[in-house]
Amino acid sequence: MSSVSGTSSKSSGVERLGAIFRSCREAKRCALIPFITAGDPSLEASLRIAQALEKAGADILELGIPFSDPVADGPVIQRASERALRQGVSLPDVLRLATEIRKTTRLGIVLFGYYNPILRYGLEKFAHDAAEAGADGVLVTDLIPEEAGEYRNVLRGAGLATVFLAAPTSPDVRLKAIAESSSGFIYTVSRTGVTGSRERVPVGARELVGRVRQFTKLPIALGFGISNAAHVNEVAEFADGAVVGTALVNAIDQAAREGEDSAVRAAGEFVAALRAEE
Amino acid sequence: MSTEQTVIGKSVEGRFGPYGGRYVPETLVYPHEELAAAYEKARNDAAFQHEFDQLLRDYAGRPTRLYFARRLTEKLGGARVYLKREDLLHTGAHKINNCLGQILLAKRLGKKRIIAETGAGQHGVATATVAALFGFECVVYMGAEDVERQSLNVARMRLLGAEVCSVSGGTRTLKDAINEAMRDWVTNCADTYYLLGSVLGAHPYPTMVRDFHACIGREARRQFMEAENGGLPLALFACVGGGSNAIGLFHEFLNDKEVALIGAEAGGRGTGLGEHAARFRGGSQGVLQGTFSYILQDEHGQICPTHSVSAGLDYPSIGPEHAFLHDLGRAEYVAVSDQEALEACQLLARTEGIISALESSHAVAEACRRVPGMPRDRAVIVNLSGRGDKDMGILQRELQL
Repeated sequence: MSSVSGTSSKSSGVERLGAIFRSCREAKRCALIPFITAGDPSLEASLRIAQALEKAGADILELGIPFSDPVADGPVIQRASERALRQGVSLPDVLRLATEIRKTTRLGIVLFGYYNPILRYGLEKFAHDAAEAGADGVLVTDLIPEEAGEYRNVLRGAGLATVFLAAPTSPDVRLKAIAESSSGFIYTVSRTGVTGSRERVPVGARELVGRVRQFTKLPIALGFGISNAAHVNEVAEFADGAVVGTALVNAIDQAAREGEDSAVRAAGEFVAALRAEE
Repeated sequence: MSTEQTVIGKSVEGRFGPYGGRYVPETLVYPHEELAAAYEKARNDAAFQHEFDQLLRDYAGRPTRLYFARRLTEKLGGARVYLKREDLLHTGAHKINNCLGQILLAKRLGKKRIIAETGAGQHGVATATVAALFGFECVVYMGAEDVERQSLNVARMRLLGAEVCSVSGGTRTLKDAINEAMRDWVTNCADTYYLLGSVLGAHPYPTMVRDFHACIGREARRQFMEAENGGLPLALFACVGGGSNAIGLFHEFLNDKEVALIGAEAGGRGTGLGEHAARFRGGSQGVLQGTFSYILQDEHGQICPTHSVSAGLDYPSIGPEHAFLHDLGRAEYVAVSDQEALEACQLLARTEGIISALESSHAVAEACRRVPGMPRDRAVIVNLSGRGDKDMGILQRELQL
């Protein structure tokens, strides 16, 4: 699919994510969803990393919008955010980066961030520009369905998927509201806590995904603490997508000390290894 | 969210006009709902209120005095000045009111690990105090810069058995301490109670913390009327960081339209972003740490560093109810500089023999600026929210003592 015009992009984000999950299901695998912080180590490098991730087998890219106060993130992603902010990376830069990624890859693109930069940009303008850039969906960590009435209408009007979080602490009544508010997919948080790597997939994750499924036919991705191929294979048994964030951001950071080429290569190798045992 | 139904002093679903709300990661919604339900039950429970009132009286030392500051009044030559002596409470500031209310809720919820953030250290000390009183574990997050400038309070917290975690991320002040406390809570919410120290954060905190401090205004209004033959003050003065002592004083007077409500923000050392913490001068609407309010931010919505000589006012957002009172024009907010606060602290010390906290000194400074222009047959109340012992290091340096 080549570049899409303003009007025909109206429903393309939701549809594109739907098509990606369908093709993964047909191939009997779960969608691989890496997270990177836009602008870490640089905007140019982020574009090349995205391209390398696609080659390595990623299906959807979660593109983190840096924020000064990332309360839901652990130290690794906090520092990535700080590195990007030190270079002056802002939301308009992230949208330009998304435009470049859309032009050069077939990855699904989900913008991932906190509410304040989006509010400041202007909700209507953000939805329009994000859709125009070729983003497929948006996940705002500190925005829950109850506070998201206008946000949901505006984003859906622009054809963007609204992805909400489901958490282990969410009672069924909330899971239902989360399912009804979401489009594209639902991001289920594997455990309480901030983002960060763990030894194993938390035992409650399988049951939580099962609880979410009662209320939706949407694909369900699992995130928080997934860092290797064994985790991804385990998640594939019960979820439709696996999000890998902290471990990848860490790999990029370590390699970036040797230069950006090294960071790009490391990102590709890391994600290729997640697919290795399949 | 029905903002149309909002009236002054009442929040609907945690909204004060358009402000407030609940902007938190999904994991924290249930703990907030659980807390809101427990608070709703407690506020209508006579046994809870009785226990709370008893602790306020016997442990904290309420009611606090409303003291007529004769020599300060003479010096200023205008309206008479009364000081609401929250500085005389146990632990040295108003913060203990809220801590006693919340520790009772923690007990009801069966959560025996208490976490808190602190700026100046007053809320941290008050939290460590009530945790010790109830035999609960206590962890206090404090920005690394504040750990340095408020070292006395760090030692007090440790003596009380609390663990003080120095936060070196971000701007190393109150904002970053709150981030870290939220990260702890999102991880440990099953057995941990977050004892937030101001009228900030997501619903129900701004409402609940206000209610726990509303005794300040209830007492002050009654005491003032007794002292002034049933009259009301011309104006109330209070400093505003998050704004808990101010809302605690203002709330009882909201419907007394003739009483001016004046909040003093930290004007710091200049008017540029990063030089102050005056949200109504340099801020704009936005969401930070769970609530929609006025915040100091750059053009891209990143939160700006702030500065104030007083750690307790050094914060880029303000309680959502203050944002609403500001927009309604019911309360007025002004910026008081570091220098003015230091001078007011010195003036109060030398006229009344009272050393006020640098936070409270901002309120004193604004009163000193206005009182000379107010009629001598009227009077004002200044909320002396805390005492200045903790600030002696800064005062020693700044005033060359």
